Amino acid sequence: MECVFGLVGDGFAILVADTSAVHSILVHKSNEDKIMVLDSHKLIAASGEPGDRVQFTEFIQKNVSLYQFRNGIPLTTAAAANFTRGELATALRKSPYMVNILLAGYDKETGPSLYYIDYIATLHKVDKASFGYGSYFSLSMMDRHFHSGMSVEEAVDLVDKCILEIRSRLVVAPPNFVIKIVDKDGAREYAWRESVKDTPVSSA
Amino acid sequence: MPILLLPSTNFKFFPPKLKCVDMKLDTSGLESTSPFFGSGDELCPELSAAPSFSLPLSTDFDEFQKDTKATLKHAKGTTTLAFIFKEGVMVAADSRASMGGYISSQSVKKIIEINPYMLGTMAGGAADCQFWHRNLGIKCRLHELANKRRISVTGASKLLANILYSYRGMGLSVGTMIAGWDETGPGLYYVDSEGGRLKGTRFSVGSGSPYAYGVLDSGYKFDMSVEEAAELARRAIYHATFRDAASGGVASVYYVGPNGWKKLSGDDVGELHYHYYPVTPSTVEQEMAEVAGA
Repeated sequence: MECVFGLVGDGFAILVADTSAVHSILVHKSNEDKIMVLDSHKLIAASGEPGDRVQFTEFIQKNVSLYQFRNGIPLTTAAAANFTRGELATALRKSPYMVNILLAGYDKETGPSLYYIDYIATLHKVDKASFGYGSYFSLSMMDRHFHSGMSVEEAVDLVDKCILEIRSRLVVAPPNFVIKIVDKDGAREYAWRESVKDTPVSSA
Repeated sequence: MPILLLPSTNFKFFPPKLKCVDMKLDTSGLESTSPFFGSGDELCPELSAAPSFSLPLSTDFDEFQKDTKATLKHAKGTTTLAFIFKEGVMVAADSRASMGGYISSQSVKKIIEINPYMLGTMAGGAADCQFWHRNLGIKCRLHELANKRRISVTGASKLLANILYSYRGMGLSVGTMIAGWDETGPGLYYVDSEGGRLKGTRFSVGSGSPYAYGVLDSGYKFDMSVEEAAELARRAIYHATFRDAASGGVASVYYVGPNGWKKLSGDDVGELHYHYYPVTPSTVEQEMAEVAGA
């Protein structure tokens, strides 16, 4: 089942998500990227109902870039997080989006930051967070091994520890994970941790 | 709940002297001016007897419709699959429609031709799938007329996914794959009525899909000829129909290549069974011998 987590290190934030698209007992896809690059220096990882997940994150992404087009400056990570929370909160009493979100970003003024937003529109600024069944393992792993000012190597090491724990202890563990990083140089895909390879899409 | 009849099944003329207990819908306005029943007919003494049909004896018509619909479970059991390979996309499906335990048809077209370059598969509610695929076909044609180029598979699948997402939670039941060939080459998307849309190389949808996946995953290679791919698809459908009671009928196989789709085959799965596993005369283990002198 779904595992999304992330943490803040020294000058960067890292997000990890499983890449399984599951329908009851069937795994339809094992390379579904659930971390979206919001803009040049923001990442948004979402878990929840597949329809809502895609529709909502695309909606946020489009609105964040609309703001940038209109005003010539991008939203700060804090502003984007508050906007996202606001949209979730307005939808909550109409037709709620069943999505839990981790929003990571890097700003020149404030440095890296990570925001926890759940489907009932709770917003928290945190330095480590987790959603889904994987959170039972990754939260304690991060509580034990996290310290402020981690280097990229240390953070990736911790993330790998979490993935290993999830794979070995969670009955319904997803096989593959994607890791993305955001720092002063922007938001980017860092690595994949795959134990099952889907046949790649050819460029036919 | 009283026993109810659908309006159309109870269409009859009521002579005016008969008093009817239930409500009537007056359809006299729909009548043609010349009476179409014989004037000398004893059953219809009055020429102007208006035809009518009884309405369900229910105060809550919406609830009645819901109950009626719930008793007719349409086309829920299905096996459909599609995969991308070297030469294009292969799409295959069975042809059984069931209503609960009853097989209502063995000849359903579950592969819907959206346009010459795009196919859709049907799993879930037959009406929902047919309607929204036809609707998608219209939208794709309009896109073609407006932009002077065919719509991409990505675009078409998103069009459908957005429609289905806007109706989510309202009872639609659609599990479909949109397969086709566009400017970027072969394309394959899985779209469902929960609003999900996945891009991929290999999908199977329906109650028989786990069985089909078993055969498909073990036999799949990217480098396959059209013949090999068609045989894999056919075999996967056959094995799914063998184990899944709600799938059966005919295994039809379509191929989408650079020049559009083509139907390759439609084989009765019963015949496929004897083709794959011919009847061999069973060996006699022990022969009865007559007791000597009996």
